[in-house]
Amino acid sequence: MPNGFIVPYGPQHAAFLEPFNLRLTVEEEVVVGAELNFGYNHRGMEHALAQDYKRTQFLAERVCGICSYHHASVYCQTMETMYGVTISNRANLVRLIMMECQRLTSHLLALGHIAETIGYENLFMQFFREREGVMQLVNRISGGRVHYSMNAIGGLRKDVTYEQLMDVEATLDRLEPKFLELQRIVRKDITLRRRLRGVGLLTKKDAVDWCTVGPTSRGSGLPHDVRLTSYGGYGLEGIKFRPIYYEEGDCYARTMVRMDEVVQAVDLIRQALGQIRDGPYQVPVKGNPNGEAYGRVEAPRGELLYYVRANGTTMLDRIKLRTPALVNIPALTAMVPGCRFADVAVITVSVDPCVCCTDR
Amino acid sequence: MISAKWTKRSPWILHFDTGSCNGCDLEIWALLTPRYDVERFGMVNKANPKHADILLITGPVTRKAEERLVNLYNQTPDPKLVIACGDCASNGVPFFDCYNVCGGVDKVIPVDLYVPGCSCRPEAIMDAVVQGIQMWQEKVEREGER
Repeated sequence: MPNGFIVPYGPQHAAFLEPFNLRLTVEEEVVVGAELNFGYNHRGMEHALAQDYKRTQFLAERVCGICSYHHASVYCQTMETMYGVTISNRANLVRLIMMECQRLTSHLLALGHIAETIGYENLFMQFFREREGVMQLVNRISGGRVHYSMNAIGGLRKDVTYEQLMDVEATLDRLEPKFLELQRIVRKDITLRRRLRGVGLLTKKDAVDWCTVGPTSRGSGLPHDVRLTSYGGYGLEGIKFRPIYYEEGDCYARTMVRMDEVVQAVDLIRQALGQIRDGPYQVPVKGNPNGEAYGRVEAPRGELLYYVRANGTTMLDRIKLRTPALVNIPALTAMVPGCRFADVAVITVSVDPCVCCTDR
Repeated sequence: MISAKWTKRSPWILHFDTGSCNGCDLEIWALLTPRYDVERFGMVNKANPKHADILLITGPVTRKAEERLVNLYNQTPDPKLVIACGDCASNGVPFFDCYNVCGGVDKVIPVDLYVPGCSCRPEAIMDAVVQGIQMWQEKVEREGER
């Protein structure tokens, strides 16, 4: 670059929860190029996950703390496909409820993070206050705030009680008006609109070219949602939803997608609570796994895919994970050029980067 | 060198993730927000190591983050305190034998306080932080006498 100079952004930065590095080429106030550098969080998870198929589901939760239950669920789903068992409706619906609860915590975290990055501390605190209600709810149900460890291959490790399901409903009744109030703030607030409208534009074509998934692609007008493939509980009768998408492709659209999905998640949990019936919560599986299978779910950041190949022993041949953040973060190099330097933080946060998923 | 009368000043935190799963980081964020609100003890999260007094480290130290962690530790002015949050920062478990992990934080820099739990609960971090403030003040007084 003849004119620009290079500004390093990260790995330790106020706007990032996790370490990753952006090398920005800046000309006066305008960013003209961006280079990504990650791997600070690489622990070698794919190798560790292949050591013992029974312990893998607990270690899979430790790939990422924000979408831990999605990781455990998609692993169990993949193994169930390999064993060829169909799990009960009760187990499917409990998984759906917990997955949507985790989507609530994750999206509220992302929204709070966006608010904090633009300097809107008040809204940040409000998002996190409501998020704490959901965190305590999942703590009461599973015993853990971050890692739930509720799954087993073939269903659930332990059944949930009637009182716990009533607790979910009561908590949601209490939280829903607050979510609606937050949605109204995000829709109407002038500060958010001024800071987010037209910033970090990702066109529909770029979104396809960079293979983005989840709220990042839905913010660019692609109604792509893995939940539409009716995996697990989403295919059951009585569970209805439509993917939320916005056409604009800027940070504001991505924020609105997340905000609307928070309200949608409450609705989905209510539908699941209406459908849930007594029944077996676990289907026994026999022997060591053999063969290959894949499974995918819609994690809060987008499509999460697991591929497993087993050889009839307790060790797995190969386990491959394709995490949503890994494909969303490189799209930053399409969003950042042309923006002002001060907007880089909010653009980065608007794709909800999850570096522990990316590097694993 | 900070003199003893300055310990009335509130210590500031620097949070750095050296390879954690985000679980403990979330709990640190929960600490900073209304429910737990660690700011009432005077702790503010600062991103600049040169302003920080207490380092909150989460996660097992990966080989790529090792160098950066040492760098941050050296940039933090004395007297400083290091708190390892969570099981993996304390001793590297469950990632202790992964090929890209050095182990716990104490393999790389000296640690003063360990917080157990995977992920550690906010109450546990708060306990460590409150103890940490006391330890930090004692440290300042000790080093002031020298």
